[in-house]
Amino acid sequence: MLNILVCIKQVIDPEMPSSAFSINTSSKKVEEPDGIPPVINGFCENAVEAALRIKDVSDANITILSIGNKFVTEVMKKPLSMGADELILIEGPEFENLDPLSTVNVLRAAIQKLGSFDLILCGRQASDWDNALVPLGLSEMLDFPCITIGQKIEIVDQGLIVQRTLSNGYEIVESSLPALVTVTNELGDPRYPNLKGIMAASRKIPTIWNSKDLDLDLETLIPKLKLIDLKIPITDKQCEIIEGGDDEETGRNLALKLREAKLI
Amino acid sequence: MANILLFGEVSDKEISSITYELISAANKLKFNEDDKIVVALLSEVIPESYENLFSYGAETVCLVKNELLSRSNTDAFIIASKEVFDKFNPEIVLFAKTDLGRDVAPRLAFKLGVPVAQDCIDLGIDQDTKKVMVTRPVYGGSAIATLVFEDVETQIVIVRPKVFEPITPTENSKGEVVELNIELDEKLIKTKFIEEVVKESEGIPLESAKVVVAGGRGLGDAKNFDLLRELAEILGGAVGASRAVCDAGWLDHEYQVGLTGKTITPDLYITVGISGASQHMAGCSSSKNIVAINKDPNANIFNSANYGVVGDWNAILPAFLEAVRELN
Ligand SMILES: Cc1cc2nc3c(=O)[nH]c(=O)nc-3n(C[C@H](O)[C@H](O)[C@H](O)COP(=O)(O)OP(=O)(O)OC[C@H]3O[C@@H](n4cnc5c(N)ncnc54)[C@H](O)[C@@H]3O)c2cc1C
Repeated sequence: MLNILVCIKQVIDPEMPSSAFSINTSSKKVEEPDGIPPVINGFCENAVEAALRIKDVSDANITILSIGNKFVTEVMKKPLSMGADELILIEGPEFENLDPLSTVNVLRAAIQKLGSFDLILCGRQASDWDNALVPLGLSEMLDFPCITIGQKIEIVDQGLIVQRTLSNGYEIVESSLPALVTVTNELGDPRYPNLKGIMAASRKIPTIWNSKDLDLDLETLIPKLKLIDLKIPITDKQCEIIEGGDDEETGRNLALKLREAKLI
Repeated sequence: MANILLFGEVSDKEISSITYELISAANKLKFNEDDKIVVALLSEVIPESYENLFSYGAETVCLVKNELLSRSNTDAFIIASKEVFDKFNPEIVLFAKTDLGRDVAPRLAFKLGVPVAQDCIDLGIDQDTKKVMVTRPVYGGSAIATLVFEDVETQIVIVRPKVFEPITPTENSKGEVVELNIELDEKLIKTKFIEEVVKESEGIPLESAKVVVAGGRGLGDAKNFDLLRELAEILGGAVGASRAVCDAGWLDHEYQVGLTGKTITPDLYITVGISGASQHMAGCSSSKNIVAINKDPNANIFNSANYGVVGDWNAILPAFLEAVRELN
């Protein structure tokens, strides 16, 4: 049986209206918006979907792993209702501001405790810090082959074949297992949980660990890249709104305006 | 004296422009007179034009030629870049956020156990600590973070393309050339390249087009892009799209503009039915002029546009297209 681990992250909903986006300047943090629940990072859901597609056609066990603070259990259980088997949450205030180096160290400690995996899947990047660093670091630490931005993953004999999205097309690469692959939205939308899945998930209890369970030295979790300022960019652009008597004239006026400005 | 090492790139047997952008970025990090900019080129072919790098500000050029250093062999680049790193022992290392750089830089950083700053759009030296200070968009561009490296020996920075302008080259500059012979064992390459499927967008490449006409979910259907194609053709430009359009399968992802798509800086960017989400703007906000056609007066796109029309494209676009055709 193929043992798959999917690492996911809970993030502030990136699709929330920009008017709801605010920053606490003293703590240098993005405020959790009122009434808008967090979500699982989109690319991480794509990674869960990738794991489920493998499980659809082969014998596999899917473990979901996340590090964070203030998890919303309903949100984090979604992969279970999609069809994943287990959920491990590493939770505590000390995990609130982990930098990528520390995140990798915590993930590695958790993986050591969990046993061994044939395939680790991660989202290509998280929509909060847009770092795209943790999966690559994890592959280095575990000495796993690393394939990024996968849009299609196939298990063959003893290895895997991955289509990687590139700026102009894609490439096909192959590696042995165990391996780590990061997943992109080009893979396709994650499936909706069905009733059976939701029922199954409601009976499952996530395993929750803290830093003591992982024997972590908190001293090592201090960021090496210090955040000194976080602000909302100001756009001082003035948009000139083009009007007209009717839509047709408006369209014409826009063309005339652009000609006047020597843009066309 | 400190070394600033930057990893340039070669594509289609030419030095890619990102290399010159990285030199400009490195120039902002020279703190002492004798800090030295080292440009490393790792490739299966070394273009003769590497001598030009001196005219753009390189002081040392390090050439590593090996047939395994072809774009798809990330593992080979990681082994080679580590050797180049050991040779020059730099305090600062710069990579570009390209298909290659975004894979190699983080893995080199983790190998060395040092932090890496991702997707930087501005760089400087913190006067107090003498460490690198970077500015970078986060939360898809909804926020801008300033970060400074703590007391670490090596600072690795990944630079966003098309942010730093190459300098005007000085004539006949000379410098030191170091040819490094690196043995690469094929066995160390854990991921094997099988095939590349290139899907260039039709017509003028999106990234170099002076005019880009882009459509969003508001266009409602794949076939409505015909109007945009027509407009792009008249203006001698290229067609682009938001992620919503590519996710819906109306256009291939090669057309996607934005944080996880292409970064473009055309003279004129015309958007139709695009809301202007920060992740979209991340790929086009440096366009010289932005025009927005959107029926929602509160759409984000109007905060970034120079010219806007509030209305239904179904009614506006045909008349606009007709007038553009007449004026051309
Ligand atoms: C991590 C991450 C990365 C992302 N990367 C990218 C990226 O690279 N590129 C990207 O584009 N997005 C990206 N996104 C997605 C982004 O957040 C938005 O969801 C996306 O850009 C929305 O696309 P849109 O503007 O076409 O659609 P919508 O937001 O749905 O906007 C459609 C617009 O069309 C207008 N409209 C509708 N009908 C008409 C009409 N008849 N006439 C005129 N106007 C009309 C509406 O008023 C609306 O403003 C990313 C998101 C995340 C979380």
